[in-house]
Amino acid sequence: MSEDKDRGGFFDTGWRPSGDVHRDEDGRPHDHPGVREDVGLGVRASRALAMHELLVEKGVIGEGEVDEVIEAVSKRVPSNGATLVAKAWSDPEFRTKLLEHPKETVIESGFVPEHNADIIVLENTPEVQHMVVCTLCSCYPTQLLGPPPDWYKSFSYRSRAVTEPRAVMSEFGLELDEKTEVRVVDSNSELRFLVIPRRPDGTDGWSEEQLATLVNRNSMIGVSAATEPGTD
Amino acid sequence: MSAAAAPKLEFSQGDRVHVKDMTPANHHRTPWYIKGRRGVVLEFIGMYVNSETRAHGDSGMPELPMYRVEFEQTHLWFDYPESQSDKLWIDLYEHWLERDE
Repeated sequence: MSEDKDRGGFFDTGWRPSGDVHRDEDGRPHDHPGVREDVGLGVRASRALAMHELLVEKGVIGEGEVDEVIEAVSKRVPSNGATLVAKAWSDPEFRTKLLEHPKETVIESGFVPEHNADIIVLENTPEVQHMVVCTLCSCYPTQLLGPPPDWYKSFSYRSRAVTEPRAVMSEFGLELDEKTEVRVVDSNSELRFLVIPRRPDGTDGWSEEQLATLVNRNSMIGVSAATEPGTD
Repeated sequence: MSAAAAPKLEFSQGDRVHVKDMTPANHHRTPWYIKGRRGVVLEFIGMYVNSETRAHGDSGMPELPMYRVEFEQTHLWFDYPESQSDKLWIDLYEHWLERDE
């Protein structure tokens, strides 16, 4: 199989979203909405499958082990963090516990702690805005927020977050008051940070479930505010 | 972080420190932009596995004290264009810090 057939990533199944540009033999783009192109397995996917079969055959891993890991990874989503933030907004006692004993509180709340790393929770207020970056790589609380977005891993974000954080936040739609102190928090391999954004006005009496819908991922990284009610 | 007995600590809250300006050949997680810069210890945050040795196949033991250190953005960046009160926080192992008088 030639390399140019290898269009996809590690577990490429050949499926393409219907919006993907597809060309006919004359190079004219056209699409087949809803149709799955059957392009077959790429080189890497074939290699991965072959290795998987061998590892199972030799007893290095169990039959369903890879599926279990994929299943576990798929449970790492930003709504985990949003649940914690919404509860902290609603319950002052929980808020204090989450800020003072974050790891224990995360576990007690039924979430998986970060692998090999501590978790620290920081709270944004009208006076202080915490904004998280990992200048050296992409350290991120994946158990609570899912995999980091591409921009978080980009060289541009990793450098500009420390040299011009307010400009970056402004591009994410957050215009901070000059008097609000910005604290850029540079992560390392042993710690992960979760930010509690400010609770939006006009949400008195909202349930935790309703509040959680306002807690967007970027607000828990500290680059933007929680979603204003009615703007979602 | 381990819940082991309280270690003997070199620094405490409010201490003025600077980051050692060195570039050891081993893996280390002290970014260049704070090397040699002056900051203030915010708190001792705990004992953590030594990622500098763990990265080379070692166990990373014993755990080392880590401190959260605050830097003025205006001190880190020449002509910092944003608010004069802005800060940078980073967590550093004790052996990267030296006391400022």
